Amino acid sequence: MKEDSLEIGGVKINCRLFVGTGKFSSNTMMRDVLLAAKADVTTVALRRVDSGAKADNILDYIPSGCKVMINTSGARTADEAVRIARLARAAGAGNWIKIEVIADNRYLLPDNLETLKATETLVQEGFVVFPYMSPDLAVARRLAECGAAAVMPLGAPIGSNRGLKTKELVAIMIKEIRAPIIVDAGLGKPSDACECMEMGCAAVLVNTAIAVSRNPIDYARAFSQAVQAGRLAYLSGLAESVDEARASSPLTGFLRDGD
Amino acid sequence: MSYYDYSGRYKNVEGSAAAAVGNDDVERALAEEDTSPLDFWALLSPAAENYLERAAEKAQEITLRHFGRTIQLYAPIYVSDYCDNQCLYCSFNARNRGFRKKLSLEEVEREAAFVADAGLRQILLLTGESKKESPLDYLRECVLILRRYFSSIGIEIYPLAVEDYKLLIADGVDGLTVYQETYDEEIYKSVHPAGPKRNFRFRLETPERGAQAGMRQVNIGALLGLADWRREVFALGMHARYLQDRFPDVEIGVSVPRLRPHAGAFQSMCAVTDRNIVQIILALRLFMPRLSIAISTRETSRFRDHLIPLGITRMSAGSATSVGGYTAQAAKGNALSQFEIADHRSIPEVMAVIRQRGYEPVFNDWIFGI
Repeated sequence: MKEDSLEIGGVKINCRLFVGTGKFSSNTMMRDVLLAAKADVTTVALRRVDSGAKADNILDYIPSGCKVMINTSGARTADEAVRIARLARAAGAGNWIKIEVIADNRYLLPDNLETLKATETLVQEGFVVFPYMSPDLAVARRLAECGAAAVMPLGAPIGSNRGLKTKELVAIMIKEIRAPIIVDAGLGKPSDACECMEMGCAAVLVNTAIAVSRNPIDYARAFSQAVQAGRLAYLSGLAESVDEARASSPLTGFLRDGD
Repeated sequence: MSYYDYSGRYKNVEGSAAAAVGNDDVERALAEEDTSPLDFWALLSPAAENYLERAAEKAQEITLRHFGRTIQLYAPIYVSDYCDNQCLYCSFNARNRGFRKKLSLEEVEREAAFVADAGLRQILLLTGESKKESPLDYLRECVLILRRYFSSIGIEIYPLAVEDYKLLIADGVDGLTVYQETYDEEIYKSVHPAGPKRNFRFRLETPERGAQAGMRQVNIGALLGLADWRREVFALGMHARYLQDRFPDVEIGVSVPRLRPHAGAFQSMCAVTDRNIVQIILALRLFMPRLSIAISTRETSRFRDHLIPLGITRMSAGSATSVGGYTAQAAKGNALSQFEIADHRSIPEVMAVIRQRGYEPVFNDWIFGI
């Protein structure tokens, strides 16, 4: 197989499984999971970064070579997301930002309008911006047009582990949007991730399913392998599936009969 | 329409359903993906006591999905115990004689430095309810000090107007804690015989005033032991659901403190056992999957440790419940504690137990000034 890597913001990404760092039982476990998945990209909530002298700084546990994308978890408006991004960059956490603007604590669904506003501002300020959004073609187009590095539609609500419930909408986005499409949130099983990759997603981001699994390290490996399998299948061209055997041509067979 | 008007519509649900809850209702409630108010009532019923293990499995699974293997840690700082109220169950009761104290700003700073030095980043600023002795300007000055040490500042003070909350938010406050104590208006009047707190409605509407002002977190609670706990927790859950529906961008949290020994003769009117508390936490978790649930040091260390995997999300640790209780030697002998602490462990000891149970203690969950 020829080399197949994703390039974003000048960074070569071999592992198309992005892993989130929340909800783990310890920072050590989180680190072991990133290593087991061979993750090239991870996301960290700035609100969980404690740089105090007494603190166990989560950033110290990210393996070297794993690119950190700070996320704006906790932001309820575009302004808050923008301020978190600026603070992260000023604190030396880099300029990769996953925008998460959520003003709905019941379902944790993102606010696409505020997300778009924050993306426009941060792209202009030189950030590499990954907006997390509810799948919507019109918003995805505008995110891509204003310079988002990728567009990250949700597969199902955060933490729900329900799988790719938004499949039809994500499929349309893959077809229509030039920026990479990365499914983020809701994937519960490795087969869900595989499904996304078979469809042509550029990558997937998984957190809860791995973090709360009984064996996070093995589960991360399983996800990693599923992502590779799905990607390979996509590149090979999926075999067309048919519902039943096609033995005859009931509609056009008469053409042959007449010969 | 405020919650005061809204709550009336559930009086009948509660009354008519009370006698009718049987095993079928509990099983249905446990099988539902979305727990309705009637399901919630079933989960709080005597019949549900036989289903605690099943409820616990479900509550644990939901909590893990939404909060992961993490427990947030916070501590209180009491800055004044002057109080104009006469709550029969509280040591700060204006009629209790005893040494009263309000911290100077230097003392507030000393307390803050002490708590921050232990690593905590989330603080709850508490006072007795006296506008005269701890006026808004004093509290604002306290907040300006606390924000130098903590990333998240909650307040548990006398109820204020929306405009006053806005001032505190501008200074750096992001959370409001206010307990209704009891949702039974008659009992409320009997245990609050005098003082501004006697105004049931003004207190009941305080959480929504805080949310309107822009608080990120609003925590409510009922002091269990004052009235029938099933009805109290049902009302508390409905209040939390009301707030979440009205203010979807606010994190809603609850506490279910039990009456603890205090300075005064008031005795609990309704016993609430450990088993009851477990049932309450499980029912709340199933009813509101994203609800923040806190357990304070009122509960014993053994009991708190067992609650970690059952649905709680926040614990106080290393707490002092008297004014200046962390640093002032003089305070330790004489001062009034608002209630007696049952878990005396230090912050590192609590952290160690959380880790032993396979959870990560979380200190930082917000960034001051965003």
